[in-house]
Amino acid sequence: MSGMPARISRADVAHVARLARLDLTDDELERFTDQLGAVLEHARDVEALDTEGVPPTAHPLPLRNVLREDVVTPSLDRDEVLAQAPEAEADRFKVPRILGDA
Amino acid sequence: MSTEAPATDAPLSPDPSGWEMVIGLEVHCELRTATKLFCGCRNEFGSPANTNVCPVCLGLPGSLPVINQMAVEYAMRIGLALHCHVEPSIFHRKNYFYPDMPKDYQVSQYDQPINLDGWLDLPGGTRIGIERAHMEEDTGKTTHVGGGGRIHDAGYSLVDYNRAGVPLVEIVSRPDLRSSADARSYVDELRSVLVATGASDGKMEEGSLRVDANVSVRAAGSAELGTRCEIKNMNSLRSLGRAIEYEAARQIALLSDGGRVVQETRHWNEAEGTTRSMRSKEEAFDYRYFPEPDLVPLAPSASWVAAVAYALPPMPAERRARVAAATGLDGDSDSVVTVVRLDLDSFVMAAVDVGADGALAVRRLANEVAAHLDGARPLDPDAFCRLLLLESQGKLTTAQAREVLRRLLSQGGSDPAAVAAALGFEAMGAGDLGDAVDGVIAANPAEWARFAAGEDKLQGFFIGKVKAATAGKADLKAVSALLRERRA
Amino acid sequence: MSGPAGGRGPAVELAAGVRSGERRAIDALEDYLVAIAEGDDQIHAFNHVMAESARAAAAAVDEAVAAERDPGPLAGVPVALKDNLCTRGVPTTCSSRILDSWLPPYDATVVTRLRHAGAVIVGKTNLDEFAMGSSTENSAFGPTRNPRNLDRVPGGSSGGSAAAVAAGFAPLALGSDTGGSIRQPAALCGVVGAKPTYGLVSRYGLVAFASSLDQIGPFGATVGDAAALLDVISGHDHMDSTSLPSAPPSAAARLSDGVEGLRVGVVTELTAAEGIAAEVVARVRQAADALAAAGAKVEDVSVPAAVYGLSAYYLIAPAEASSNLARYDGVRYGLRVPGADITEMYGQTRAAGFGAEVKRRIMLGTYALSAGYYDAYYGQAQRVRTLIIRDFEAAYETFDVLLSATTPTTAFEIGAKTSDPLSMYLSDLCTIPSNLAGHPAITVPFGTGTDGMPIGVQVLAPALGETVMFQVAAAIEDAARAHEEAVR
Ligand SMILES: [Mg+2]
Ligand SMILES: [Zn+2]
Repeated sequence: MSGMPARISRADVAHVARLARLDLTDDELERFTDQLGAVLEHARDVEALDTEGVPPTAHPLPLRNVLREDVVTPSLDRDEVLAQAPEAEADRFKVPRILGDA
Repeated sequence: MSTEAPATDAPLSPDPSGWEMVIGLEVHCELRTATKLFCGCRNEFGSPANTNVCPVCLGLPGSLPVINQMAVEYAMRIGLALHCHVEPSIFHRKNYFYPDMPKDYQVSQYDQPINLDGWLDLPGGTRIGIERAHMEEDTGKTTHVGGGGRIHDAGYSLVDYNRAGVPLVEIVSRPDLRSSADARSYVDELRSVLVATGASDGKMEEGSLRVDANVSVRAAGSAELGTRCEIKNMNSLRSLGRAIEYEAARQIALLSDGGRVVQETRHWNEAEGTTRSMRSKEEAFDYRYFPEPDLVPLAPSASWVAAVAYALPPMPAERRARVAAATGLDGDSDSVVTVVRLDLDSFVMAAVDVGADGALAVRRLANEVAAHLDGARPLDPDAFCRLLLLESQGKLTTAQAREVLRRLLSQGGSDPAAVAAALGFEAMGAGDLGDAVDGVIAANPAEWARFAAGEDKLQGFFIGKVKAATAGKADLKAVSALLRERRA
Repeated sequence: MSGPAGGRGPAVELAAGVRSGERRAIDALEDYLVAIAEGDDQIHAFNHVMAESARAAAAAVDEAVAAERDPGPLAGVPVALKDNLCTRGVPTTCSSRILDSWLPPYDATVVTRLRHAGAVIVGKTNLDEFAMGSSTENSAFGPTRNPRNLDRVPGGSSGGSAAAVAAGFAPLALGSDTGGSIRQPAALCGVVGAKPTYGLVSRYGLVAFASSLDQIGPFGATVGDAAALLDVISGHDHMDSTSLPSAPPSAAARLSDGVEGLRVGVVTELTAAEGIAAEVVARVRQAADALAAAGAKVEDVSVPAAVYGLSAYYLIAPAEASSNLARYDGVRYGLRVPGADITEMYGQTRAAGFGAEVKRRIMLGTYALSAGYYDAYYGQAQRVRTLIIRDFEAAYETFDVLLSATTPTTAFEIGAKTSDPLSMYLSDLCTIPSNLAGHPAITVPFGTGTDGMPIGVQVLAPALGETVMFQVAAAIEDAARAHEEAVR
């Protein structure tokens, strides 16, 4: 297993903020870099544990094959759905223009 | 978003000799379930916008997915038809922001897909490896308004989530394809396999099948793989072929010039006939996959897999082999491939069963019937068989039989003899035909003398005269036989 | 102490009174509405009081009683809901600006179950935004105050629900618990709060924070009330793939059975550990002694991996949250801050809509899942999770239940930890391991600290061990009462 990366940098935080679509101010960037660093530092003690051969638990339940039948159930009323939208047009959700990968 | 000047983007008809294309295809197949993958909304093409939506497929806060059993079964059918192993699988979240994705992540199988490691044989025998065939959810549909509907020039976009959450199986081939013709043949064959399983309606024009191509080039004979580009947005077999040709040429031009291919996703522009870079590099591959915690693993029991395998109908390759065995034709011949691909092989088998000429049946199906497939009326198999018998017994000429078939296809009907009679096609007795031939010989003594002396090109002259004299009722093969007999 | 719910508290007594026709649901409701109107200005337990719909629901219960129809086990009992549980047509804010004016088009499964049980939903309670926090200070609508001391926090994230019950605004409330968000505020407010086995209560309609850890659970003034509420909301739901299919254990079945012969282990890592106040440890020891005096076999036990819970949690929960909270993007519902293009709209909307703690966790989780770090962070945390489960399971081979502190200290002052996220995170030290393991746990008030603020003792049980867990909790409650009387 790969080790933990070095302490999170301001550039890392800026990159992550962009991935998460959060426009941060410079102040926020600064503060979050410190705070995330502290939390990740604490998280390092999981690194100390020997987990060789230990399977990950994604889920506390031993359930398998939870399936439903292919039967139609009622959909929502379109007007009710679109009434919640910040903007709608022609029965569709309206969004600003999409550049590249959004 | 990287932009490129069109000048460097356009291939300057590079010399393709010395280069080899390496192509892998990712085919997204919408499953023909009644409902979506994770909710009970209708899976239906063409419904009014945003009417097949619920909290789950709209990604409303608090909603949770539950897997559609039929989707799993269809996925297994596809995997088994492609000779894959059906494996225990889990769903992951693929995280990226896009307005057609209600949750801003796609639920998709990642490193533990349901189907692994199979193959598909193309007609002609080339075996294409199948890496995996995994399940995932479809996205909604975005319409770009203004700027001629092009995404980058549009003023704004509109989103319809009816398609969001429709079940897909993504079939990923190994990079075993070596030409655009191979690629088209693969998609054609795969489509007919998918339709045969019952999992897909195969309608490319409705987006039920969507193809992305991973294209790279390398020096012919090299065993190494070049850097590939993923080409998206081809919506027909024709554009798939064009896009691959264009992209390979672009890469060859780049490399010939000492340049480097950058791994990226490129968008096929049908109008311009070019591919264009569409994703910024630094983010394209950081999807932050992790196991979808709202779902539990799938582990189909051996008995379920066996039951699905048992119920699987015969696949196109097997059906072609059956047609070949029944007719004596080559199973990989175009006409047999076409007949099976159009799902018409049951007509061949029915014809052979009643003692009609199987090869003739294949010919009629691959030509007249194939040309009339979207005719208003379905062809009655029984009528088709009886028509073939009338033709092979010489009761109808080839021309007459074709005309009767066209009538059956356009207007329906179950009695080809009655259709023939209505058209005034009467079976001509052998004696009547002999009389007609003799009459024409008598009326044209000079020409007959030349024909008798060996001037073969006059045969057409006599056939034409007999055809006219019999008002088209003569079986022309029989006429030429009689002419040769008289000359001997 | 009689009847199926043990008859231990005001909620079950109220239900019994309403069911028998002795009391009217509407009268009880009005009493609570008056209490809210008089006291909630100070405490701010509620984001939204549903007076009118509550009156209609209470009237319907009274009508059912009059018509001799079964009004349900919680007939006429007012219940407060954490404002991250979806209520059809009623604002559901998660105490976030980003869900500004959103009206869910559906009810959470627990809400439907409560209605069917005759409960009267009185309102939506304040929380740390999207349940991220331990003090209810991270609410876009201002903090909730501890009814025992208005300068202190009520704990969190379900601080509004805990405060509502502690202040007598509702006899029962629902919260959600991802790392202690029910138990920690219950302990700090001096009420009972339980986190059930993962999968016992449907999460459908609970706005997700960390899907593999989230569970809805009850608050009550007494163990019997909490048990009665849990029994109404637990059980399989086909809308939640992670919902257990088996019949749920009864929380209220053995409340009066005592603890004679039960084996109780005191978890050293979650009791006499660094950072846990001596007065808290003393209360756990008193509770343990009381159980021993009542006939239980009590011993110390080590659960070594439990100390890694906090670190693992602060990788897993933010990772899942970063994905769960992607959908708040200004497209389909909630807040939108306009932007020139969609990327700008996303970035501005999310910047304006989320508070600092939510942003922190989204970024922490995005980082933990990001390319290259997945295995070191998320993967390793998931393996630690396995170790924690193994250690607990080993302990449950010897013990029926485990005992520990619920929180390291009594309620701290408002503002004391807001600038230091890590010190705030440490207040969940003792509660987090149960979430990681998926096991149930409950906190029962047991005396106070030198500041006069309540202290809770935590009972932990193996998966689906709710019956014995509540049985032991009831015994601790009796001991606490006896202790209080002795002190007086
Ligand atoms: Mg895909
Ligand atoms: Zn739906």
